[in-house]
Amino acid sequence: MAAPRRPDARPDLAAIDAAIRAHVHKSLLRFNTCGSVDDGKSTLIGRLLFESKALFDDQLAALEADSKRVGTRPGELDFALLLDGLSAEREQGITIDVAYRFFSTEKRKFIVADSPGHEQYTRNMVTGASTADLSVILIDARKGVLTQTRRHSFLVKLLGIRHVVLVVNKMDLVAYSPEVFAAIEADYRKFASELGLPTVTCIPISAVNGDNIVNPSAAMPWYQGPTLMGLLDSVEIDETRVRQQPLRFPVQWVNRPNQDFRGFAGTIVAGRLRKGDAVRVQPSGRVSRVSRIVTFEGDLDEAVAGQSITIAIDDEIDISRGDLIVAADEPAEIADQFEATVVWMNESPLLPSRGYLMKIGTRTVTATISPLKYKINVNTLEHTAAVTLELNDIGVANLQLDRPIAFDSYEVNRDTGGFVLIDRVSNDTVGAGMLHFALRRAHNVQWQALDVNKAARAAIKGQKPCVLWYTGLSAAGKSTIANLVDKRLHSTRRHTYLLDGDNVRHGMNKDLGFTAADRVENIRRIAEMAKILVDAGLIVSTAFISPFRAERQMARALVGEDEFIEIFIDTPLAIAEQRDPKGLYRKARRGDLKNFTGIDSPYEAPEHPELRIDTTSLSPEDAAETIVAYLQARGVFGFDPS
Amino acid sequence: MALTHLQRLEAETIQIMREVVAETEKPVMLYSIGKDSAVMLHIARKAFYPAAPPFPLLHVDTTWKFKEMYAMRDRMARESGMDLIVHVNPEALAKGINPFTHGSAVHTDVWKTQGLKQALDKYGFDAAFGGARRDEEKSRAKERVFSFRSPQHRWDPKNQRPELWRLYNTRKHKGESIRVFPLSNWTELDVWQYIYLEKIPIVALYYSQVRPVVEREGTLIMVDDDRMPLRPGEEPMMRKVRFRTLGCYPLTGAIESPADTLAEIIAEMMIARTSEREGRVIDRDAPSSMEIKKQEGYF
Repeated sequence: MAAPRRPDARPDLAAIDAAIRAHVHKSLLRFNTCGSVDDGKSTLIGRLLFESKALFDDQLAALEADSKRVGTRPGELDFALLLDGLSAEREQGITIDVAYRFFSTEKRKFIVADSPGHEQYTRNMVTGASTADLSVILIDARKGVLTQTRRHSFLVKLLGIRHVVLVVNKMDLVAYSPEVFAAIEADYRKFASELGLPTVTCIPISAVNGDNIVNPSAAMPWYQGPTLMGLLDSVEIDETRVRQQPLRFPVQWVNRPNQDFRGFAGTIVAGRLRKGDAVRVQPSGRVSRVSRIVTFEGDLDEAVAGQSITIAIDDEIDISRGDLIVAADEPAEIADQFEATVVWMNESPLLPSRGYLMKIGTRTVTATISPLKYKINVNTLEHTAAVTLELNDIGVANLQLDRPIAFDSYEVNRDTGGFVLIDRVSNDTVGAGMLHFALRRAHNVQWQALDVNKAARAAIKGQKPCVLWYTGLSAAGKSTIANLVDKRLHSTRRHTYLLDGDNVRHGMNKDLGFTAADRVENIRRIAEMAKILVDAGLIVSTAFISPFRAERQMARALVGEDEFIEIFIDTPLAIAEQRDPKGLYRKARRGDLKNFTGIDSPYEAPEHPELRIDTTSLSPEDAAETIVAYLQARGVFGFDPS
Repeated sequence: MALTHLQRLEAETIQIMREVVAETEKPVMLYSIGKDSAVMLHIARKAFYPAAPPFPLLHVDTTWKFKEMYAMRDRMARESGMDLIVHVNPEALAKGINPFTHGSAVHTDVWKTQGLKQALDKYGFDAAFGGARRDEEKSRAKERVFSFRSPQHRWDPKNQRPELWRLYNTRKHKGESIRVFPLSNWTELDVWQYIYLEKIPIVALYYSQVRPVVEREGTLIMVDDDRMPLRPGEEPMMRKVRFRTLGCYPLTGAIESPADTLAEIIAEMMIARTSEREGRVIDRDAPSSMEIKKQEGYF
């Protein structure tokens, strides 16, 4: 490489240009590291940065100062301090998140996701591993394959990483013994083949002394395999592999700067795309041809997996964000029910039956997890029965979506088979998952467009179907008011139905109790029932506490936006408790009744209900009057769908 | 032939930018005129081509930038066809906040941190692109690409959303906003190499030139205008210097270097022994100073 010139010398710009151009044609490999600080993981990463000259003098000076101040090994550089970014973590002496590090060799640039090895942090490791082409699993030569090694390997397999490097560290502390290494390697290979890990390389190293990191170790002449850096420089990058697959191009954004141009922007996640190729748009199934591949530097003839491009197509067919453009003759599968592995990442446990937002590729749909088949113990790999998943739990479940999507199995492609789950209310990313396969081959099933539809059924009744969703505390007055409204509607020849505790809890839902999970399922069934009744053209009333915002939102999403009328029967807890017609509050206060809303289970009041009825100022009759007047004003009666 | 690391970084940056435009209501790009901003702007023009990037540029001006930076800013806004919003904190202006009398900490907080919050609130932007990179500083290494801020613009490092694959959860509560860092995975060297290959225009301050400087606490500070008070006995010296990062001129250290072409700058970079932030006075205010500033809403 060219050195900077002395002030009096003329620079050799051609030589510098050649050097820069040699440097910019590196490939990019992402890997993650698993293991604990005790195994010397931070020392190893620090060593990689150090050897590749990724550390600057001022960073080394800061490291020296930090090592003196808070280092765990007096008199030595404590590389762990390089890797711990946040001060709170630094004081606790643990890494609790994922940190990204960068270094490069002559051939490659590397992005390292440093995931901690501590038991609680499955979430962080899964996050770090999700983008990795390779995993470095670190063990201490004195300890051999431990429970955590198995756990890390399982997660690596789960995330579909194809290359595993088992780095046996601290060989200096076992006198560089080939026997120790051979025993560990045999032990691990047996486990790895049971697990089904594709490619495993085992390397004996000493991170502290730099053995087999960059140069072959003089202390271990018996080891003939690659050094760690040598291996990192040569393994296949995942993007090269997915380029051999059929085209997958999720539409991210429609680019329409003027009437003359309509382009579809996105990143190719598998295969390649040539001008003139026949493509299919999923899920609609329409077929067209690529007319242009547009970039800032001019049109391309071909683009490959990994590139972010914009394409134009021959026909004016409807394409929007969330659609998947695929090779016309090798489409993805389409389904709305799947088996998937789910990793739970949030303090609030998974509630089966609750609808979560599922983001997969550029598409966001609603997914319900039901049922959970089993939970996987990451230490023993045993399957155990489970009704919910807690933070850092991993389970296998069936997933039901509110509409069909195009997908590939995660094993085939991470981008068309990997998803995150988002809580509708907290907006947190609560889970991540990997699709296995469709439960029914839904791509062969055509939806039947029935001629007798909702509009037809509503028209014959001369009304606009809707749900009156009453919510409020126990004894707030929901059933009383809902009954009065229902009577009035009936007396004016409206077609109605009232769902309440009497006809639901004793029949359809008699298998459900009052735990949070059962309450969610209770409301889900009621919401689905209400949807069917609305489809039948009825004005449906539901009178249930329905304490959680998320379920009410789910119920709202099931029907049309203008078909859901949330009525908050607002009665303060003190007054409801005073009324207590069935003596339930007294029982709950005594502790005889568990999970009672308002006492030991929360009630999440609606934020923007269509109607709020204050029962401290309105009598039930006046409340019913108000509601009927509101329905009148909304045009629920005398609706003419033609 | 595999894509090169720069092609992959560029593709990732484009994907992030498009995701923000597809999923947020009113995005903006923070434009600080430095090399990272130059790269970010260049990639934005690629991402939305043939449309112009569908968001404005925002410069939170401290009034203490180098003169050449202002000229560059106006030129780039013209060339990109994007709207440029310049926000100057009126309170800072009224109080005459400057790095000499108030110190770098107060200066940065009032002009930049408060100024940025004011501008985001004033225009109601719900997502702001910033050019920060994870390799810049320790506490940045763990920051997400999408970083959520409370309605008070505070960052909570304990409560960040996991980011898996290429999937970003952009949902936010009313009043919350997102800082988005599309260059998260770039290093300083990547940025320079990309500028070289793509021939991206950058401020001439990055190239070495004979400039008037004074040495303070071991740092070379350029005397860019006559607002800079000279200490007793201090006399500006003419030295051939350049800048690795650009900020407010009284807070930005120059380095002596013969490199007056991009190729030479990169050649120097490839054997550099100090990190670019060494020239930044604000990082030395207190231990973990960058992290504290970020929690308070500094970009």
